[in-house]
Amino acid sequence: MSTLAATFTDALDGLGVESTRTTAAGFPDALAATVEGPAVGTPLPFDGVSLDGADVAVPPTPDQLRTAKTGVTPVFGGIAEYGSVVVESRPEGDELVALYPERHVAVLRESDLVAGVDDATDYLRERFEAGRDSAVLATGVSATADMGATVEGVHGPREVRVIVLSDR
Amino acid sequence: MSADNESRAERIRRLLETEGPTVKQNAQGFNEGRYAAMADVDGERLRTEAREIKEDAIERLPELIETVRECVEANGGTVSLADDAADANEHIAEVCGDADSLVKSKSMTTEELDVNEHLAARGIDVTETDLGEFVLQVADEAPSHLIAPGFHKSTDEIADLFNARFDPAEPLETPEGLTAFARDHLGERIRDADVGMTGANFVLAESGTLALVTNEGNARKCAVTPDTHVAVAGVEKLIPSVDELGPMIELLARSATGQDIAQYVSLLTPPTDSPTIDFDSEEPIGGGAEDREFHLVLVDNGRFEMREDEDLKETLYCVRCGACSNSCANFQHVGGHAFGGETYTGGIATGWEAGTGGEASDGTDAGSISPASVEFNDLCTGCSRCVNACPVKIDVPWINTVVRDRRNRGADPSGIESLADGLVPDSESAGMDWGKRAFGNIDTLARLGSATAPVSNWLADSAPARALLERGLGIDARRDLPEFRRETLRDWDQRRTPGVASPLTDREAVLVPDVFTNHVDVDRGKAAVRTLEALGVPVRVADVTGTGRAPFSQGMIATAREKAEAVADALAPHLNVTGTAGERFRLADGSEASVNAGRDLVFVEPSDLAMVRAEYDKLLPAEQAENLADGSFEVLEYVYGLLENGVDPAPLTRGDGEELTYHAHCQQRTLGLDAHTEAVLGRLGYDVATTEAECCGMAGSFGYKADYYDLSVAVGESLAAEVEAADGAGEGANDDTDRRVVASGTSCEEQLTDLLDRPATHPVELLDPARGPTSE
Repeated sequence: MSTLAATFTDALDGLGVESTRTTAAGFPDALAATVEGPAVGTPLPFDGVSLDGADVAVPPTPDQLRTAKTGVTPVFGGIAEYGSVVVESRPEGDELVALYPERHVAVLRESDLVAGVDDATDYLRERFEAGRDSAVLATGVSATADMGATVEGVHGPREVRVIVLSDR
Repeated sequence: MSADNESRAERIRRLLETEGPTVKQNAQGFNEGRYAAMADVDGERLRTEAREIKEDAIERLPELIETVRECVEANGGTVSLADDAADANEHIAEVCGDADSLVKSKSMTTEELDVNEHLAARGIDVTETDLGEFVLQVADEAPSHLIAPGFHKSTDEIADLFNARFDPAEPLETPEGLTAFARDHLGERIRDADVGMTGANFVLAESGTLALVTNEGNARKCAVTPDTHVAVAGVEKLIPSVDELGPMIELLARSATGQDIAQYVSLLTPPTDSPTIDFDSEEPIGGGAEDREFHLVLVDNGRFEMREDEDLKETLYCVRCGACSNSCANFQHVGGHAFGGETYTGGIATGWEAGTGGEASDGTDAGSISPASVEFNDLCTGCSRCVNACPVKIDVPWINTVVRDRRNRGADPSGIESLADGLVPDSESAGMDWGKRAFGNIDTLARLGSATAPVSNWLADSAPARALLERGLGIDARRDLPEFRRETLRDWDQRRTPGVASPLTDREAVLVPDVFTNHVDVDRGKAAVRTLEALGVPVRVADVTGTGRAPFSQGMIATAREKAEAVADALAPHLNVTGTAGERFRLADGSEASVNAGRDLVFVEPSDLAMVRAEYDKLLPAEQAENLADGSFEVLEYVYGLLENGVDPAPLTRGDGEELTYHAHCQQRTLGLDAHTEAVLGRLGYDVATTEAECCGMAGSFGYKADYYDLSVAVGESLAAEVEAADGAGEGANDDTDRRVVASGTSCEEQLTDLLDRPATHPVELLDPARGPTSE
């Protein structure tokens, strides 16, 4: 495992986020082990992986989105130091699918990992210049302390799982 | 809530009892988190970068506004620049069109503008979706903190509130239950809303991007769910581009909550490509992005005037993390409902409340700087603990001092000023608070006090005099007054025989006495002189007393400046301005010839040292201030330097394992000088425990003031509780023996002595060779 991937996995551990590292060939099994139905998703634009054939509604209806247990999206980058993933506002609806269901399953190419925030802003600048200028750096699960103690799962997901594609 | 005729003291007492315990737990929790999170990064580098980014952005503000306007319009959105609250609310209502409902994520700027009230008056149903803001909306209360608006409310209070309002089938009790209820309730509102409103933590001008930093995910939902997104941001939120974002992301969450990074850092360049969503539709999502609308409302409301104000300008660098509140001992105990204005809370609120708003509706006073409105700023004691906490290095105490000065000058003259003018010839305007004026001229009063002691002490301590002092000056009768000594430190110095026959080093010291050391606690001054002379450094006592700290802390800047000028004149002959730091502490028997004949300025009182090192640059010409700062030392810092340079500590009184608890002075800690005292005490054989409390709560005159007595004691009791906890934590056979209490500041000593069953002493008194190993 690369140093970046190891750092990233450690950071996710620290956040209580489960991660699976797999190859493109192993993706269907990893996905099946991570998804709890009903599930919705957006298309994965990564070579050799797809949600086709999985029990995941792509694209979902609004009602499917609202009632889904799991939402599967690609993420376009990750910050190894913090375990953050980059959810992009694609026309396919990643922002909605990553946000509404109780569990977000983020699919990441290992080659998209960067070390820290400085590298992430460099990376974001390149993407901004290419017109991909809306994204969320999401770190762990949605949380609040406004009710007198930390509670996970507020407006966003209560669980996050990351599938890292080691050969992509 | 409060009765209109509730006095300031009553209000503080009520909040100490009601909101205080919850506020304290939460503020101290955030504060501890910040220390831990900042320890993981190069905080100084990040803070310097963040400061430079904000300075540059505010400098270039007009240009950035034009850039963001072009960008957002090219992206398909609109931009308006609102002059004041009324103007902003008009723009907002306009872009909401015929909307019936609007969901909001947390935004202090919309609180400043009273957007909710304005929209409600237009028939738009507004729902706050940040859980803390939602609680306050239900309770109809104002925020008590910049980032955790409802953090004065406990779980039980929120449960009672929700159960009464919503009458759920099963009564709500736990944080989990309350959160789940709020999520479902608010989720429905978000799905049905016509408009989503957010603020912005930063606006990136060159791409028209909003940076929204949140933990709950509600800002994401508000921005993506309704077709129309309205963002409201003060103009100060503009930074050039994503290139400037890195340090902000690194610092914001660490400073605010102690997280490495917030859960969600959204960088949205609206209208975004996300498909629109209609929860009543049965069609799969996809497309519709062309229907998305985006409106950016940038708000002036006084900010451009602040930008032209050399002293208030720094406020615009604020990233609203709340670290100045969390690190403030007063805030920790009483919260933002006492330490805050209509919208903003904590130390930085003084800048925001003075600079923004005004009587906006008629347009005449909109945005005018209004120091009179920020009476709460007396709760800033200048302890300076927020200075190192601020991620953009804002000198928050200075903003409070400046605004206090302007309040003093704007005060209406009353009958008492002729009396004040006669007794305390200063440079302040007639009519300013008489109590402040007395404290600000404490050196004059102390001189009189010593000259007429002990009669002055008997008179001042008599019951009629105390009643008069409380009524006339606001000095709380429950405090012991300082007892002036007939023989001042300077008198003593002039009569004594110098204690160094043959100097052990090439150093010479000038002890610069503060008012208390010269007139009241003369013993600690004598101990300092004897300690330094025992280490072979000849000492003389300066011809000047005090540094202007007292008038400075009362907001009497002109008086403080005159004092600083007099101090600079009096001390100039002692300084060798050509000396360099590298030449300090060279031993006399070193092989190099001594070239620096300059004397070192040594201070017993940390607040006076901090005045010279950290405040004189605002009062004196830069070079003069720098020379004084470079030549000045806190007494234990000086001893540390001598010992580090090989001076033998043998003549000093040693600890032989004695257990003590040391409370460093707040301003001393800000300067990083607490470690020197700890190191010296450790080296001399003391078993040193230290306190965590940010401040003792006495803070010079603050604890004497009747209005603030209860708060001062509450803060002091937290510190006293730490001392008592340390008593029981010893491992030796003497577990039941209380530790000796040592404090560097006069105020800290007074407060601890008042609240504990034993006196607190200055550390230099322990080192004093005249103190026997077993004597007090």
